[in-house]
Amino acid sequence: MGRASRLAGRGGGGVIGGRVTLLVDPDALARLSAGRRSVLVSGTNGKTTTTRLLVAALATAGPTATNSGGANLPFGLVAALSGAAPGGLAALEVDEAYLGQVAAAARPEVVCLLNLSRDQLDRISEVRMLAGRWRQALAGTGGDGASGVGAGAASGDPSADAPAGAHGGPVVVANADDPMVVWAASGAARVVWVGAGLSWRLDATGCPRCEGRIQFTDAAWSCADCGFARPDVHVSVDDGAMTDRSGRRHPFTLSLPGRCNRSNAAMAATAASLLGVDEAQALTAMEPVAEVTGRYGVMRVGGVPARMLLSKNPAGWMEIFDFLRPAPSPVVVAINSRIADGRDPSWLWDVPFERLAGRQVVATGERCRDLAVRLRYAEVDHVMVVDAVAAVAEARRLGDQSAPVDVVANYTAFQRLRRAAVDA
Amino acid sequence: MPEEGAVASPSPPSRRRGGDSAVRVVVVHPDLLGTYGDGGNGLILSRRLQWRGFAVELIEAMSDSQVPASGDVYCLGGGEDAAQHRAAAELAAGNPLGQAVDNGAAVLAVCAGFQVLGHRYPSADGQMRDGLGLIDIETRKGTGRRPVGELVVTPSSGLGLPQMTGYENHGGLTSLGPGAQPLGHVDAGIGNGGGDGREGAVVGRVIGTYMHGPVLARNPALADLILSSVVGTLDPLDDSEAESLRAERLQTVRIPGRSGRWHWRDRLTSRR
Repeated sequence: MGRASRLAGRGGGGVIGGRVTLLVDPDALARLSAGRRSVLVSGTNGKTTTTRLLVAALATAGPTATNSGGANLPFGLVAALSGAAPGGLAALEVDEAYLGQVAAAARPEVVCLLNLSRDQLDRISEVRMLAGRWRQALAGTGGDGASGVGAGAASGDPSADAPAGAHGGPVVVANADDPMVVWAASGAARVVWVGAGLSWRLDATGCPRCEGRIQFTDAAWSCADCGFARPDVHVSVDDGAMTDRSGRRHPFTLSLPGRCNRSNAAMAATAASLLGVDEAQALTAMEPVAEVTGRYGVMRVGGVPARMLLSKNPAGWMEIFDFLRPAPSPVVVAINSRIADGRDPSWLWDVPFERLAGRQVVATGERCRDLAVRLRYAEVDHVMVVDAVAAVAEARRLGDQSAPVDVVANYTAFQRLRRAAVDA
Repeated sequence: MPEEGAVASPSPPSRRRGGDSAVRVVVVHPDLLGTYGDGGNGLILSRRLQWRGFAVELIEAMSDSQVPASGDVYCLGGGEDAAQHRAAAELAAGNPLGQAVDNGAAVLAVCAGFQVLGHRYPSADGQMRDGLGLIDIETRKGTGRRPVGELVVTPSSGLGLPQMTGYENHGGLTSLGPGAQPLGHVDAGIGNGGGDGREGAVVGRVIGTYMHGPVLARNPALADLILSSVVGTLDPLDDSEAESLRAERLQTVRIPGRSGRWHWRDRLTSRR
């Protein structure tokens, strides 16, 4: 491999270095991945948190490279791997639109597929199209492409003794509760199905296989027209414990809030187990993780303690409602619409903000006017404070002075607040 | 309040409601046609009636239930190709929308929902499919870059509406037949994409548009035009927040010069 690329890749200063490396050496990702046992994590929501939990688990077995800053495009992955010692483990989150390209280059042992729902529609196109691209990519990464799409069919034998990826393709750890993910994953040779839940179903009502109608019950789903259905799961998780592939129950308590993060932990523990880290050991290592690149952590914003939550689409909001401080505690909601957020914030109308009734919402961010109109029609009390730091101060003034203010922001609004904050 | 139908073909008389019967607002198949927050249009229409003292029944007709033909206002939104096809097939069966329109109901159809109301529309692979034929439009598959971005529209004169703002994101190009009038003319963005600067269509009480946002959140006067065509004259509401949003959007979007020539920079909207 070229000397220039090695020079460019070394100490290249993160993402910029990654860009330069890829320009000079388009095969950099494949080269840097060679000899490394890696897990890719993708999906609309939970990528960064699941990857962080996975790193905690894998680190018990050895040094683990990761793109912890959320830089999940190919050059971000190159930057992350450039800085790591050769060999060893890697846990990498991958933008859902780039999964095929990255998997072809990185040849991971495990791919975790969390969920797919509407997000950045101006950029990422349609959900079903994305699921179809995942499916093609996973069928083409060296597996035999066995379809096994039939009702309840789990393709391959995930409990086989052969090491992960020994057949040439990755083992896919996939959320059995998301029909789009099941459609994508069932093109792969080996799949471990995890019952990870799905609280936003509106993007999964059309059958990805036959365009018929998916019907959901509390714990299952199936297509009324073609019989495509939720596969039997190998792994499940509830409020008390995770049940692993061998049927062993592992009680665990996370520091991170919410049911979605218990599911993320189960996905991560399953992936870790495929690389040789026992589920119990993996979960124990995840329990102390209390903050993920600023998310869930308490920071001081303009002197005010604020619990920082990231939510950037309707599915993400469904999880947030689950653990927001209850009414009448005020909440700050910060909305931007830059490229990384999606230019079109009309998704605000898919979020049931009516559930914030009984409290004051402080609307802020560059698109706070869109949010204010949405809240008016939701009949939720609100004030608009354009400056985000001033908005946090306003929520402090309106609420209980002793508790941190809950702040929910989408991507670039979150970054703006994080830059303005210091750790509490 | 502007006169309804000023640019449109004749339609049945206004159906002003009595005090005891609720106005029925029907959101058509939001599980199929609701990708871009367009379900908000039904909520907005309902609230604007409730705030004025009308009894309202908001019906979200999911695709596994029959769309009632007895609604007063219908909303259809945007959707992906497969969902659009399913919605068209289900609406063709029994033709509830056609019956409702014949009875004087109003319809607001956005993007994929707009296309479905016409004679024909394209599938993702370019194959033409039959629409409901409720309005005289036809949509074909676009060949260039997908129109995605802010849309600013000057409404057709006679509608009595102020400048409109929305966000478009569509692959189809729509042309109007002689039986349809445009909703307006494009100041910024692409709109119908027929090369004539037209946006949307109006036929009687049926309005189609490519504006998401949702369109009624950004354009409350359009909401009241639709409602007044069904219930008659309306009292004004406090729309200061929507006006603030409108002002910000209209100021943020670059309006091309009189030459009307497009430059890619016109699509970049963050000049804050």
